[in-house]
Amino acid sequence: MNCQIENAAGIKFGRYGGLFVPETLVQPLLELAEAYEQMKNSDEFHRELKNLLKNFAGRPTPLYYARNLSLELGRKIYLKREDLVHGGAHKLNNTLGQGLVAKRMGKTRLIAETGAGQHGVATAIVGANLGFETQIYMGEVDIERQKMNVYRMELMGAEVIPVRSGSRTLKDAINEAMRDWASTFEHTHYLLGTAAGAHPFPSMVRDFQSVIGDEARRQISEAEGRLPDSIVACVGGGSNAMGIFAPFLKDDVRLLAVEAGGRGPGKTDKIADNGASLGYGTDGVLHGALTKILQDPYGQILESYSVAAGLDYPGVGPELAYLAETGRVHPRMADDKTAIRGFRALSRLEGIIPALESAHAIGYAMSEPDALGELTIINVSGRGDKDLATVMDYENS
Amino acid sequence: MRILEAFSHSPLLIVYICSGDPSPKATPDLVRRLARAGADIIELGLPHSDPIADGPTIQAAAQRAIAAGMNTDVYFDVASVAGDAVPLVFMGYYNMVYARGLDRFAKDCKDSGISGMIVPDLPPEEASPLKDACVRHGVDLIFLAAPNTPPARLKMISEETSGFLYLVARKGVTGARSDVLQDTRDLIARVPEGVPKAVGFGISTPEQAADVIRAGADAAIVGSACVDLIAKGEIERLERLVKDMKEAIARAKGKAPIVC
Repeated sequence: MNCQIENAAGIKFGRYGGLFVPETLVQPLLELAEAYEQMKNSDEFHRELKNLLKNFAGRPTPLYYARNLSLELGRKIYLKREDLVHGGAHKLNNTLGQGLVAKRMGKTRLIAETGAGQHGVATAIVGANLGFETQIYMGEVDIERQKMNVYRMELMGAEVIPVRSGSRTLKDAINEAMRDWASTFEHTHYLLGTAAGAHPFPSMVRDFQSVIGDEARRQISEAEGRLPDSIVACVGGGSNAMGIFAPFLKDDVRLLAVEAGGRGPGKTDKIADNGASLGYGTDGVLHGALTKILQDPYGQILESYSVAAGLDYPGVGPELAYLAETGRVHPRMADDKTAIRGFRALSRLEGIIPALESAHAIGYAMSEPDALGELTIINVSGRGDKDLATVMDYENS
Repeated sequence: MRILEAFSHSPLLIVYICSGDPSPKATPDLVRRLARAGADIIELGLPHSDPIADGPTIQAAAQRAIAAGMNTDVYFDVASVAGDAVPLVFMGYYNMVYARGLDRFAKDCKDSGISGMIVPDLPPEEASPLKDACVRHGVDLIFLAAPNTPPARLKMISEETSGFLYLVARKGVTGARSDVLQDTRDLIARVPEGVPKAVGFGISTPEQAADVIRAGADAAIVGSACVDLIAKGEIERLERLVKDMKEAIARAKGKAPIVC
C-alpha cells in the first residue's frame, strides 16, 4: 500500500490525529503540509513572520507578575499577557503564520470559521494586511451573541457568512468551511483557528502558537531564575494551551489544561452541558481527526455548551488528547460560575479584564491554588471586552 | 461478491437515499419501490449530525431522519426488512462506524443484508482496521477518488477498493449540478482498466447519467435529486426519474463517448 500519508511527520499523536477527510480534501491538506514543511526551514519565512509578530502584533507580550492575585492565593502568579496581542487575543499568532504560508502558496482567498469571533477577527486582520479576499463562516447563534466582532470583521473588509445548519455554532461553521474548501482549494486557504482538525493543522497551529511558550520560558527564567512549577491554560480546541505548553513538554512543569465545565456533567440525548471533551468525551472522529469528542452512543456529535463561546466546542486537538492520556497534561475543569468568578477577580485585583475563555484558567487557579505549586504562569489568552454583554446577562439571569 | 456480480450487467443505476427520511418506517418500502423502478444498487445512507461531504439537500434529510428517530440500531433493522431485491450498500461517516466498533459494524452489515460500505471521510490510509473487519465478514469496502486525486494515488485507491470505485464527479460536496465537467471525463479515463467505476456527486438528470456512462463509467449514482423528491413527498416523480435514468443509461451504453 502506498504510504504517502503515513510518512508525513507529525500526522499522529499516539493513536490520535490523522487525516479523516473526504478524498477531495486529502490532496489540499497534503499540499499544505508539504508547503509548511518547506517554510519551516526557510530563514526568510521566519524573518518575515518575526517582523510581523514584533511590529504588527506587538510581541513579545509581557509576562506580568500579578502581585495582588499572588497575595490572594499565597503563591507567585505570573500572567502571560496574550490579551495584549493586536486584535485582543493569541489568535493572531496563528493567523499571521498561516497567512504567510497561504501567500507563499499563491492563494488569494482566506476562509475561516469562528465561534466567539476572535479567530474571525484575527483572520480579517491578516486578510486586510496581507491582501486576501476573506470570508468567515460563523454560526447564526454566535453572530447574535457576538455582534461587535461581526462588525469588526466587516470593517476590515471580511465577509461574514451566517451558518444555519446543525446547531448553528462553531462546529457547524467548521463543517461549512470544509465544504467550501472542497470546491475552492485551488485559490483558497482554509485558515483553521485551533490546534485541532486534520493533519497538518494540529502541528502547524501548535508551532505558530509556540511563540507564547518560548517567550514565557525566557521571561520566567529571567524573572525568577527557574522554570515555573505549573502552567495553567484554558482549552477549547487547545491552541493557546498547546502554544504555551509545547516548549515545556520535556520539563518538570505541571501542565494544567482547564476545560469548560459549563453547567456540569449532566447531558441529555442531544446536548452536552459543557465543552469538556478531555473530561467527559470519548474517542471519535470529528473534523478530520481521531480525538476525544462529545458524542452520543451512536456517534452523533453533541452540541456543547459554555458561557465562553471560544470553549463551546465538542472536540479537542488530538495532541492534547494524547498528552492527557499519557498523563503529561492534566485536564481540569472550571464551570461557568468559576469562570465568572475568575473574570471578576482579575478585573478587580489586577485591573485586567480577561476573556471569558481565559477566565476559566484564572477561576480554576483560584479554586485549586494547591495544584499550582509555588510559582505558576496563567495564560491570559485574550481580553474580555467582547464578553461584557455576556457577563452582564449572566449576572442578571 | 453481490456487488461485483451486479457490475457484470452494467450499466448500472445506483440510487442514494437517506434512511429514516421521512421516517424509519417509510424506508423499506422506498427501497422496494426504487428497486422496481430500476435501481440496480441502493446506497442506504446512515444520517450523521455533521455530514461534511454533503450539500444542503442531504444535510437537511439527515437532520429530518435523526429527528424522526433514526439511529444505527434502527438502521440495521430497516436494512433487514428492506429485502434483497437489489444489493444494498451502507453510506455513512466514519465516526458512526467507529462508535459501534468496526468489527460489530461490518458484521451487522453482513447480517442485515448489506453488501458493501462507503465511508466518505475514510481515505484508504486510515482504513486498514475497517478493511480487516470487512474482509472478515465478506463486506466490500468501497473507496472514493476525486478529480484532484493524483495518478499514483488513484492507482493505490483503485487497488485498495473492493466492489467498485466511487468516482467523485467534481470537487465540492454532494448536490445537484447542471452539467458534467471535463474533469469527470478525465477522471473516468484515468482509472486503471478492469476496475468497476461508478460516478456520483452532482448527477441529477437522465442526460447527466447517460453522459457519464458514455464517458466510460459502469454506473451512475444519483443522490440529492432523489432525496429532494422524497423531501417533497413526490414518490411517483421519484419513480419516474429513476425509470428515465435507467432507460437513458441503457441507451447510452455502447455509444461513442461525446467529446467536448
